[in-house]
Amino acid sequence: MSTVTAVADLRAVRRRRQTLVVAGMVLVVLVAGTGALLIGAAGLTPGQAIAGALGLGDKGDVFIIQKLRLPRIEAAVVVGAAFGLAGALFQSTLRNPLASPDILGISSGASLGAVIGLLALGMSGVALSGLAFGGAGLVALAIWLLAWRKGLHSIRFVLVGVGFAYLCSSLVAWAMARAEENEAAGVLVWTVGSVSDIRGEQLALVAAGTLVLLGAVAVVSRSQGPLSLGDDNARALGVRVDAARVGALMLAVALVALATSAAGPIAFVALVAPAIARRLVNDGGAALAASTATGAALTLVADVVGQHGLLGVAAPVGIVTGLVGAPYLLWLLATNEKRSR
Amino acid sequence: MTNLRAEGVSLGYDGLRVIEGLDLTLPDGKITAVVGPNACGKSTLLRGLARLHPLDGGRITLDGADITAMPRKELARKVGMLPQSSIAPDGVRVAELVSRGRYPHQGWFGRHSSDDDAVVTTALESTGVAELADRPVAELSGGQRQRVWIAMVLAQQTDIVLLDEPTTFLDVRHQLDLLDLLTELNRDRGTTVAMVLHELNLAARYADHLVVMSAGRIVAEGAPSDVLTSEVVDEAFGLRAHVVPDPVAGSPLVVPVGRYHSSAVEPSAG
Repeated sequence: MSTVTAVADLRAVRRRRQTLVVAGMVLVVLVAGTGALLIGAAGLTPGQAIAGALGLGDKGDVFIIQKLRLPRIEAAVVVGAAFGLAGALFQSTLRNPLASPDILGISSGASLGAVIGLLALGMSGVALSGLAFGGAGLVALAIWLLAWRKGLHSIRFVLVGVGFAYLCSSLVAWAMARAEENEAAGVLVWTVGSVSDIRGEQLALVAAGTLVLLGAVAVVSRSQGPLSLGDDNARALGVRVDAARVGALMLAVALVALATSAAGPIAFVALVAPAIARRLVNDGGAALAASTATGAALTLVADVVGQHGLLGVAAPVGIVTGLVGAPYLLWLLATNEKRSR
Repeated sequence: MTNLRAEGVSLGYDGLRVIEGLDLTLPDGKITAVVGPNACGKSTLLRGLARLHPLDGGRITLDGADITAMPRKELARKVGMLPQSSIAPDGVRVAELVSRGRYPHQGWFGRHSSDDDAVVTTALESTGVAELADRPVAELSGGQRQRVWIAMVLAQQTDIVLLDEPTTFLDVRHQLDLLDLLTELNRDRGTTVAMVLHELNLAARYADHLVVMSAGRIVAEGAPSDVLTSEVVDEAFGLRAHVVPDPVAGSPLVVPVGRYHSSAVEPSAG
């Protein structure tokens, strides 16, 4: 076999593998989504569910499918995809597998914004989401200002971010401790994350925003390959490193802020989905598409598990993501390690 | 042909000047080696030439045009640079790493074309790593890995290639191997090569043009046989040494004296 074909073959193999991972995750989404449409307090047959989704058949079924079950599935997929992609961008841009919006305090910034809106200003709905979005953006900006020293230094960015994560979490805990019992329940959603109440206009807004950001990421993602070789190599290959990283991080922050403003900080998805995706694709790249699909699959599966009390109690998605995602990641790490030694 | 020049260049880190008002022209189509003691600014100079380090003063020109006014991608199609101790990401395979060298030749939505494959293949073959094409870079030996990085720079297809200590961490056989490879590249393709080297004697043997630096300035430059005298070694490194003809190549061979073992002859002047 000549070297030219070997080079082309390797590329084909890589692309096939990437497609396979994305397709696998989409399949998980379809299976879990179908399951979520069918199971529930009102047991529907597949026929009733399809009819309901199309707006046909019994009015009650249509309501259950279109107003309750479908939005929740869509919300889990959209928000999960946003978290997965954002995490992958953070991790590849900062070249640190621990760099994710939960650890960098950007999610906690969103929580803090929402909690302030909820408790101090008595806000709700879209205004509250706006405040959460602002909180995430503000924390990102603050990390930025404190971490920038004639260029972006990954470790500094991560350390400053961890500082903000603690600061924001402490303030949220303090606010919760002061809150009345009935208010505290509302606050809890903003600290754990949930996709159960995203529907209608809000869902459309988040979905449209996520789609736009996905497109933007696709445009800038080409520089991620050279960037993974380090700043000097990337510059030598013609990448405007600071601009590329600033751009990628801004898109990642926007994705997180958007998703968190609707669903709260769903734990772990942004950290674990890219790690899983990279393990599965394993080409040394950022695995952006696979991370997006993995985030969606992970979040939806976690929500189905949590919603139907498969853990013995109905739990919001944010609690389950860690329980589902962490063991899977650990299993992947353990098995991959053995194969490569 | 392309001509890379530093004109009155000053470089430094956070207000600390490392190089002040330095002039250097890389001879076209030749191999230039830059030597000097640790912290003399030789790596910084090379990084400046490749626009990896911002200039505090002066300018660097490529065929007379200021490189800072050039889009980075355009510069990357003309000047290739292999920085010190590059680390490949986990899981990346040889052909993939080498393919990254095609980045400056691809557009915004650039996909790899069959032309790219051909260039990558040539790069793999001329560095002798073709049979490793689908192996993970992390599993290779140090010598193989360095060849792969050089293949990546070759895939960039630049007329000028800069290398920052390409032989560090290699044993002596692999050092020679690598320098032979760079010589072939220079002779077969006419590529201008400039590299920072630690090993004086290999620099003297392989370079057409030798630049000796000390404390941020050029102590001497020119043909190795003219430049590398015991005075220059003493001035640059603060080291007494004999300089004798290399029995293999006839280039100057530096034999350092040191504080012990200096029994026989005093170094001759000249």
